[in-house]
Amino acid sequence: MALHFELVTPAKLVRSEDVHMVVVPGAEGEFGVLEGHAPFMSTIRDGALKVYRSESGAPEEIMIQGGFAEVGANGLTVLAEHVEG
Amino acid sequence: MASLKELKGRINSVKSTQKITKAKQMVAAAKLRKAQAAAEAARPYAARLAEVMGSLASKVTVSETSPKLLAGTGSDQVHLLVVANSDKGLCGAFNSNIVKAALVKARELEAAGKTVLFYMVGRKGRPVIRRNYPKAVLAMFDTTDVREPGYDEAERVAAELVKLYEEGKFDVAHLFYSKFRSALLQEPTEQQIIPVPAPKTAAAGASAIGAAVVEYEPDEEDILAALLPRYLKTQIFGALLENSASEQGASMTAMDNATRNAGELIQKLTIQYNRSRQAAITTELVEIIAGAEAL
Repeated sequence: MALHFELVTPAKLVRSEDVHMVVVPGAEGEFGVLEGHAPFMSTIRDGALKVYRSESGAPEEIMIQGGFAEVGANGLTVLAEHVEG
Repeated sequence: MASLKELKGRINSVKSTQKITKAKQMVAAAKLRKAQAAAEAARPYAARLAEVMGSLASKVTVSETSPKLLAGTGSDQVHLLVVANSDKGLCGAFNSNIVKAALVKARELEAAGKTVLFYMVGRKGRPVIRRNYPKAVLAMFDTTDVREPGYDEAERVAAELVKLYEEGKFDVAHLFYSKFRSALLQEPTEQQIIPVPAPKTAAAGASAIGAAVVEYEPDEEDILAALLPRYLKTQIFGALLENSASEQGASMTAMDNATRNAGELIQKLTIQYNRSRQAAITTELVEIIAGAEAL
């Protein structure tokens, strides 16, 4: 029921936690990742990453710049060059 | 024989030198811990990126249409040696080891009939390279106003290299830096950065991700094209971090040696000082006694 989500920048591992859903600003449109998503890889445009910790709660927004997202068997990994907040 | 006053002066001067080396040693030890932590924190990103690069590279065939950063310019006539040094001295043979490795490579390439150019990062390597190859220094990157190398510096270096590459100033780039093994051991390392060599983890990465069908958005070539400059930045960033950890390690070791040396010197000088003081007293006594006897 939980999606493992990692946010990594060159300087450090910013997040590594289990969340409900993450909405990623992909280069060709936003996409939401839930648990059990098919393997997927996309570049990211600069924007807000929305992290939903639970189904009902309000999302936490993290501004990211330059990077790409990868969905694999072990969850979602976002590699970003710069992260704010 | 030096006079007592001279000896005393020398002891004092060695003592103040020792104070400086000891302070520098402690500063280096503290900075080393920080630099090591920074190098460690950068590892997950580099590992992930290498994994993704590997799985992508195994899917994309290198052809003439693939990005220049991967395929190369089609010739290997002009080599650029990117030499990363520190800005400060007092770190033993750290800088000269890197420069030496770069010079060896430069001679090798020249013997093979290639043209060699240099790109200098940091201040300390410049004079030596300039002396050996007065006209070959293509550009320099100044890091004197930066306390610790960050991703911004790596970004700027990478951007400048890519620009020079696209202008056709060079065909192959090698990066020289010092790999951090331990505080006592730093290894000057050479690494080809342009064209980007396929990551060594290609096989492992492909089997981990390639098992499932991965969807790409946009397609593989576009992602790869976006990824290559980023990969280059990460490599340079990693090198800068390793370099700064190595610098502090080398500095710590060198300053430890210097402090110990100064201690030995002080001991020797003190013994000499005491001996000559005693000799002076004895002479004086002998004179007094002789004078008294004469009466």
